[in-house]
Amino acid sequence: MGEILYLILIDPFVQMAELPDFFLQVLWEGFVSGILYALIALGFVLIFKASGVFNFAQGIMVVFAALSLVGLYEAGVPAFLALALCVLIMLGLALGVERLVLRPLVNQPDIILFMATIGLTYFLIGLGEFIFGGEPKVMITEELLLPTGSYAWEVMGGLVIFQQIDIAAAVIAVVLMTALGLFFQNTRIGRALRAVADDHQAALSVGISLNQIWAIVWFAAGIVALATGIMWGARSDVSFALQIVALKALPVLVLGGLTSVPGAIVGGLIIGVGEKIGEIYWGSMIGGGIEGWLAYFIALAFLLVRPQGLFGERIIERV
Amino acid sequence: MLYRETGQFRTSYAADQAIFPLRQDRIGLAAIALVAALAVPLLADDFFINTIMIPFLIFALASIGLNLLTGYAGLLSLGTGAFMGVGAYACYKLTTFFPEVNVLLLILLSGFFSAGIGFVFGLPSLRIKGFYLAVATLAAQFFLDWCFNRIGWLYNYNASGAIEVPTREAFGIVLTGPTATPLARYMAVLALVVLMTWLASNLVRGRIGRSWMMVRDMDIAAELMGIRLLRTKLLAFAVSSFYCGVAGAMMVFLWLGAAEASSFGINVSFQVLFMVIIGGLGSLLGSFMGAAFIWILPIVIRAVPATLGLDIGAATVEHVSFMLVGGLIIFILIAEPHGFARLWQVAKQKMRTWPFPY
Repeated sequence: MGEILYLILIDPFVQMAELPDFFLQVLWEGFVSGILYALIALGFVLIFKASGVFNFAQGIMVVFAALSLVGLYEAGVPAFLALALCVLIMLGLALGVERLVLRPLVNQPDIILFMATIGLTYFLIGLGEFIFGGEPKVMITEELLLPTGSYAWEVMGGLVIFQQIDIAAAVIAVVLMTALGLFFQNTRIGRALRAVADDHQAALSVGISLNQIWAIVWFAAGIVALATGIMWGARSDVSFALQIVALKALPVLVLGGLTSVPGAIVGGLIIGVGEKIGEIYWGSMIGGGIEGWLAYFIALAFLLVRPQGLFGERIIERV
Repeated sequence: MLYRETGQFRTSYAADQAIFPLRQDRIGLAAIALVAALAVPLLADDFFINTIMIPFLIFALASIGLNLLTGYAGLLSLGTGAFMGVGAYACYKLTTFFPEVNVLLLILLSGFFSAGIGFVFGLPSLRIKGFYLAVATLAAQFFLDWCFNRIGWLYNYNASGAIEVPTREAFGIVLTGPTATPLARYMAVLALVVLMTWLASNLVRGRIGRSWMMVRDMDIAAELMGIRLLRTKLLAFAVSSFYCGVAGAMMVFLWLGAAEASSFGINVSFQVLFMVIIGGLGSLLGSFMGAAFIWILPIVIRAVPATLGLDIGAATVEHVSFMLVGGLIIFILIAEPHGFARLWQVAKQKMRTWPFPY
């Protein structure tokens, strides 16, 4: 018994202290995957805030965007033109979803809209495989002028390796989030978006078009999905397995609070770092592979203390 | 005219509380029972029984389980697949320990293990609600999945990591294992599903079911009116997991014959959730209709090119069937968000007033 307690409570910290450079490396890896989780969660939050739809299809939108990009490039379109075309594809998808799925389902219960987005997921999986085939593809990292080398940083008697693509991912994520934040705060459309998020009916009554706003947020989520797809594709490859990884955004989302953009970011970092550290230092004790569910338990632990997530709006119920 | 209730008087309390108070319903039910118990075994071939009837009934039972939780108690769960897995693995261990015992009894018993696990993962439901709870149930899904993979004891440490169903019998008939005939398995599935549907229909009409519905409609109001939330919600989780567990045990023992952790993945959870929503939340009949639709639709879609004599690759058919299923789900949700159960009610009303709609 004492030995088990030692393994759980003391040994991992001894390991951390003994190899600080390795610990830093783990932290960095966790940080990067946390950024990517945060990006996916950001797509969810945008849509949930503006339309109350829990968009399960965000994960497949990431895959679909990345696949279209690579598919177009392989078909002979120059890289940056392909990128522009992908933006157009995401715009088309947003308009299509708004017109064909959201508008007919307006005022339905949340769970029905949730199911509709799962239906959309199936549809996009089928469409993506139908057009691009099921095999994994390689992201066109260099063609998009993204760096691919790595830096080594000597610190605390060891080396910490930073992949340049990871640094680029972090920078792009920060830029994207700042841009979205500024857009929400300072533009006319951004104000309309916040009004809709606050109260649908009040927003309608002052003349804001809900349909237009929904199309815009789905488009914004599509852009975020495209950026996520590029970053994630550059780290591994572009395949439908990404869609399962995207499920990790769900604990990130509830941890941060379903309606909060900063929550998505903080949640992403907590989950990303937490699950890497858990896997490396505690995972080996019980057989490894705990990355698959640790995120959910971290989120669950936070939820039990704050049922609305870290930054979520307080849930007030009236009888 | 076709479905006229007038003139059917109920003269006792017992008659008033019958599950099927109407003569037409009783005739319809008898007809369905005859078809299921006589016509299918006599007329259908093994392929039809194995690929359509058995899985349809099993998924219908799982849908009833999820419907009790989501449709009646209003608690959204995405962990159905894992709870089915718990039932399957529990049944596997039980048949290992008690080789002589009637296998049907073991299948029912394994539901209790699933109920226990469901009870534990239902605990957060007291504190968190809605989509937050759905994500919490995903914790169950992924954690249990991991357990099925990593804990060797669950699959008797065999090299493949899969559970293979041993040959077991009940009432002197071989029901599980490679030598069991599809017909025997079908009859066993049918008997269990009918029994458990009957139990569920009584459960949801009684005090327990009503308290679930109160919690679904508004849990704070229900609490103020004297419903104990702790008990009610946990009971919903336990009963729902019991049904899912039995369905999972049947899925492996009476249908697939072997299974591994991936047989109970998140896709199964979604499939069952689809069945519940498409069939109709809060309707047992809907669970059957949803299960039939979601299970049979892809089979039909896959069979279409071959029947038409078109030469399309298997992969293409698979992709197109994905697209069609996704598209149809969205279409049905738009056309009738309350599911097939509502369509059936509308149809009944039409028959009631036919041929004079007003």
